[in-house]
Amino acid sequence: MGSYIPATDYDTRKMLDAIGIENIDELYRELPDRVRLRGNLNLPKGMSELEVSRKIKEISEKNVVYPIVFRGAGAYRHYIPSVVNSVISKESLSTAYTPYQPEISQGVLQSIFEFQTMICELTGMDVANASVYDGAAAAAEAIVMCQKRKRDKAFISETMHPQVLETMKTYCFGNEIELVTIPEKDGVTDLEFLDDHLDEETACVCIQHPNYYGNLEPAEEIRKMVKKRKARFIMSVNPISLGVLKTPAEYGADIAVGEGQPMGLPLSFGGPYLGFMACTKDLTRKLPGRIAGETVDSNGETGYVLTLQAREQHIRREKASSNVCSNQALCALAISVYLSAMGPEGLKQAAVQCMSKAHYMAQQLEGIGYKLVNYHEFFHEFVTESKAPVDQVMRKLEKSRILGGYPLQGDRKGQILWCCTEMNTKEEIDTVIRILKEV
Amino acid sequence: MLIFERGEKGRGLSLLPECDVPEVLPDDDHLRQKPLHLPEVSENDICRHYTKLDKKSYGVNDGFYPLGSCTMKYNPKVNEDMAALPGFREIHPLAPLSSIQGCMEILNTAENYLCEITGMDRMTFQPAAGAHGEFTGLLMIKAYHESRGDTERKKIIVPDSAHGTNPASVSMVGYTMVSVKSREDGGVDLDELRKAVGEDTAGLMLTNPNTLGLFDRHILEITQIIHDAGGLTYYDGANLNAIMGMIRPGDMGFDIVHLNLHKTFSTPHGGGGPGSGPVGCRKFMAEFLPVNLVKKEDGNYTFARPEHSIGRVRSFYGNFLVVVRALTYLFTLGREGVPSVAKHAVLNANYMMEQLRDVYDIPYQAPCMHEFVMSLENLKKETKVSATDIAKALLDYGIHPPTMYFPLIVKEALMAEPVETESLATIDEAVQAFRELYEKAHTDPESLHQAPIHTPAGRMDELRAARHLILRYDFDEQQKGDTNDKNH
Repeated sequence: MGSYIPATDYDTRKMLDAIGIENIDELYRELPDRVRLRGNLNLPKGMSELEVSRKIKEISEKNVVYPIVFRGAGAYRHYIPSVVNSVISKESLSTAYTPYQPEISQGVLQSIFEFQTMICELTGMDVANASVYDGAAAAAEAIVMCQKRKRDKAFISETMHPQVLETMKTYCFGNEIELVTIPEKDGVTDLEFLDDHLDEETACVCIQHPNYYGNLEPAEEIRKMVKKRKARFIMSVNPISLGVLKTPAEYGADIAVGEGQPMGLPLSFGGPYLGFMACTKDLTRKLPGRIAGETVDSNGETGYVLTLQAREQHIRREKASSNVCSNQALCALAISVYLSAMGPEGLKQAAVQCMSKAHYMAQQLEGIGYKLVNYHEFFHEFVTESKAPVDQVMRKLEKSRILGGYPLQGDRKGQILWCCTEMNTKEEIDTVIRILKEV
Repeated sequence: MLIFERGEKGRGLSLLPECDVPEVLPDDDHLRQKPLHLPEVSENDICRHYTKLDKKSYGVNDGFYPLGSCTMKYNPKVNEDMAALPGFREIHPLAPLSSIQGCMEILNTAENYLCEITGMDRMTFQPAAGAHGEFTGLLMIKAYHESRGDTERKKIIVPDSAHGTNPASVSMVGYTMVSVKSREDGGVDLDELRKAVGEDTAGLMLTNPNTLGLFDRHILEITQIIHDAGGLTYYDGANLNAIMGMIRPGDMGFDIVHLNLHKTFSTPHGGGGPGSGPVGCRKFMAEFLPVNLVKKEDGNYTFARPEHSIGRVRSFYGNFLVVVRALTYLFTLGREGVPSVAKHAVLNANYMMEQLRDVYDIPYQAPCMHEFVMSLENLKKETKVSATDIAKALLDYGIHPPTMYFPLIVKEALMAEPVETESLATIDEAVQAFRELYEKAHTDPESLHQAPIHTPAGRMDELRAARHLILRYDFDEQQKGDTNDKNH
């Protein structure tokens, strides 16, 4: 049994003597006798490190690691430069608490400040926070930011990721915001519906761009409709796409959010990921979570602190705009390192490759009868019909150790959502085409 | 120096091969116009930069870290190795069920272990942090009352010693908070509590041991009062380290529990996340848990949607790799290790408190649990040396200060949590430092107002940071600066 407890019997005795008691149990005398645990917990015995690592490894091997992946749908496999893992393994950065003592936390604080800067640069927005739990939580928190007394209705496009949509519903239920979903029309947000239904009680409109089906949304038109009603415009964006696509700021968004996972975080069965949030200057004080700011120390040197804390739960308690306490600091660090390693050219390259390969694949699939469902401009994901039953297609690909596109459900059953990144080679794409021809 | 100030235009790493298909760019309508400013650096620049930042940070391996309510215990290395296994790291969350049985076994096993430890029946790993867990648990309470048509219950009772996240979480679900005063001895005032409950009571949120580090011995009466009034009871698991394996929240009468895997179960804090805040509940509440739960059927794991689920609080299944680390730790501890951790955490705290009692005021007399609170109110009156001054002076000893000015009901509070992974020698050194500082407060108070002096940075001007907001590096300013330089 291991427990990482350094106390020897001698130490324990010494401490008990100093307190003036016979055994540790005496310290638990306030516990009600009636419900104290008597015997052991019903758990296996503790194990040595070798046994534990054998056991966990054995469990991990029950999973299948696909060397070739054409699936995205909210979690994307990108190249992670080696330097990312090296930096986030540094022990002082990775094991520190939230930087409440700035004198000994300048490393963490500065890295948050740099992260905020990079998110502002990517999105074109004025201000960013230190991150929230994931892209879905970021989108949900963005809606809460827009809630006003006379504006408590949020319009959310059905072309958003279904899990993000579901998360927003939960947050709206909690915060008592009326959520209206804008239907999908031919793979993008239904503009007509939106124009008909927006009103003076609308707090915000939220879209995903590129959307769940990979399509680029008519963001300009939506922005115009939203602004006419003096509501806020929220865009959830794919950060890699910003290497080539217009920034949310250029589209006129008030708040930009997104899932940070594509920037240097492994797939990890869904987490830890990171939600980034950025906004225009006038919304600064509505931003939830931690924010690092620049200042000077007692020696006149530039330094960083957590600032605007008057918004936060530990000061405002029940009047706080959000209860966010922990963010995803180490993930933010990974993303900062990723973006530093990629640089402006590298990120653009990654974006261009994602887009180019997806278009090549779409073209090849069309060639063998897997027709595109909608013809919009798209980034690195797109939806096709399937010529054979989808399960059969997937099973066939899995036999060749390829994780195929994501089988869509509901009204879109029978369709496949494909994704390409810079990780996919032309050869891999050609292999998929060859296999599909045989199904 | 910021990463943006390192490097040179045109410098970079060679990471990607050339594109092997014809290049496609977005149409002009969608093409990015704004130039992208990111660092242009070499790999060496990056490593030097972050090595420097690492040296300007303080982690659990840099020294004693008795930060109250945060349970800064040692983060075992084997946990990191396990979380780095490709069989976990490289698994797509939407991969077919047959290919993710290992991940589901991890979730299922961790759920079983943690339910046994807390006395709960089911658990979700969706919440990414403690506060996220509170939000989840309160939504479940809301969903429970609404499902019974009991829509008038909108008040959550929270003792005045609670963590700040509790009241903030209450507001996030559209409830209002009723604060209940603590008694002289630090426990919940039962008479006040009886007065506070009624037909509008949705539930109670409580930490036990509380934020004073005290175990409330009336806990069974407290949960009974809430249940009798028709409310539900929520256990904030931030302080579970003191009692795991000794008593279970479920047996104390709690219906819902959140845990902080990054506190009690040894996963690293990462400078403020990622954490993991699983939420457990008793059987009758399980139908409201977030989607999805793992179910074992004919030897295979599948996902099941609870019948009246509150939905999702984030995408996918939570901070999965954090769960892998916590389960590694649980396998290591086993049934003997779990209570042993609690006992030694409590022993350390009582020992340290005893060693300081004659100099620093300890406002509560009962044995403490895993942490204790000192009040420096009298010291400040006598010497003008505040809790901040003592905390900052500890930094010069290479010690991370205790939590300051919390809980709010103790004036000039310092709250220390010397976790079980700290040795007697480390605690003795810290006691020595605390005692020296007490002396110094009387002989040379001025030097304490100046502290710290040996840290990488001095005391920060927080007011200036809040008044003159600089929340990002300004490339344009910098370029203007460059041109000015050239003009000179």
